[in-house]
Amino acid sequence: MSCETWRDKLDTYVDGFGSPADQDAFEAHLRTCPGCAADAISRLQMKRLTRAAAARYSPSPEFRARLEEGISPKCPPRWTFGWMPRFAVASILLVLMALGVTLWFRHTTRAEAFAELVDLHVATLASSNPVDVVSTDRHTVKPWFQGRLPFTFNLPDLQNSPFKLLGGRVAYFEQNPAAQLLLQVRSHHLSVFIVQDRPGIFPIGMGSTARELAFNIETWTDGGLRYIIVSDVAPSDVHDLRQLLQSAQ
Amino acid sequence: MPLFPRLYNFAHWLTQDRASAEDLVQETYMKALRGFPSFKQGTNFRAWIYKILRNTFLTTQAGLKASALISLDSDDDKPVEPASPETPESALLARAQQETIQRALEDLPLKFREIILLCDSEEMTYQEIGELLVIPMGTVMSRLSRARRAMRQLLTTKLQGVQR
Repeated sequence: MSCETWRDKLDTYVDGFGSPADQDAFEAHLRTCPGCAADAISRLQMKRLTRAAAARYSPSPEFRARLEEGISPKCPPRWTFGWMPRFAVASILLVLMALGVTLWFRHTTRAEAFAELVDLHVATLASSNPVDVVSTDRHTVKPWFQGRLPFTFNLPDLQNSPFKLLGGRVAYFEQNPAAQLLLQVRSHHLSVFIVQDRPGIFPIGMGSTARELAFNIETWTDGGLRYIIVSDVAPSDVHDLRQLLQSAQ
Repeated sequence: MPLFPRLYNFAHWLTQDRASAEDLVQETYMKALRGFPSFKQGTNFRAWIYKILRNTFLTTQAGLKASALISLDSDDDKPVEPASPETPESALLARAQQETIQRALEDLPLKFREIILLCDSEEMTYQEIGELLVIPMGTVMSRLSRARRAMRQLLTTKLQGVQR
């Protein structure tokens, strides 16, 4: 194998990720080639220098304390009702607590999911480059996502509808890669998020339509994918877009 | 808190700002706690929490701006050009200064900076990096190679500036 070929693979060997057989062959080559050996040594030293230089920032003790306080579980208040039959009180409290925790959990997780989607939509509109693929053609936008997302989806023909496709980008919702499509109807914008529908990705009890901070949200599942539309347009427009998207699947 | 100092270091390199790094780390731990039931026991916790941090960063204003500067040209599976026979490292090593490397890292585009940090500083495997960045193994190798070449070019420029 020529030196040029070895040098193409130098980084892999320096990182130690070549196959054992290739690693042995590479080491044998280094013993006979001073040029490659010098290159390998300098890259190894560069890697070590980078590692040392990269260890640059340390969190302050105040930040650590603040963070620990923020994420540590709070101690529940202690109540005493010595004059009441303890078992009955405990049972009632337990039921009430379970109900309260369930409702609170549903409410907060639902609110957080909505807030995250609205944030993504607003941040996209605020960006100077809201989409990574700029096209009104569904046959350009859909293929752009190939290789960028672990799933695929269909887009409807919007020619005879009031909606106009502006483009798309890869977003992340609940740590999952998602397709974000940006559309326009009159002077309003709509974001359509498409993500793999997995257990726990959406809060329990999340309905198909909702209103959050004056944004209208509509969500449904189809073929293992979860679709979510977020926009400030009227619910009827959101619903029309949902029907168009569903007709394409 | 597992991985706290390393996560903070990585966050600071991404955001290049102390307050933003603190916000990012705090948000990451909050999301990790909230989403812990979705973490599969026995899988790579480090890759999981780094992924949360990176995805959170990418949805911030700074992250959107930084990722918008990334070229849309695919770097998948293109042949890697052979390295220059002249190695800037050999010139650098004699008078390598940590600050010069740090400045070069700061100047690198986000996608190059993060992959060098993940490989060289966080010592992640190519597979872990691929899972975290959601790119195939071949892309990890080619992007890493390009990132290091860009780093060498930056160092060469900086060293030439010092020499003048």
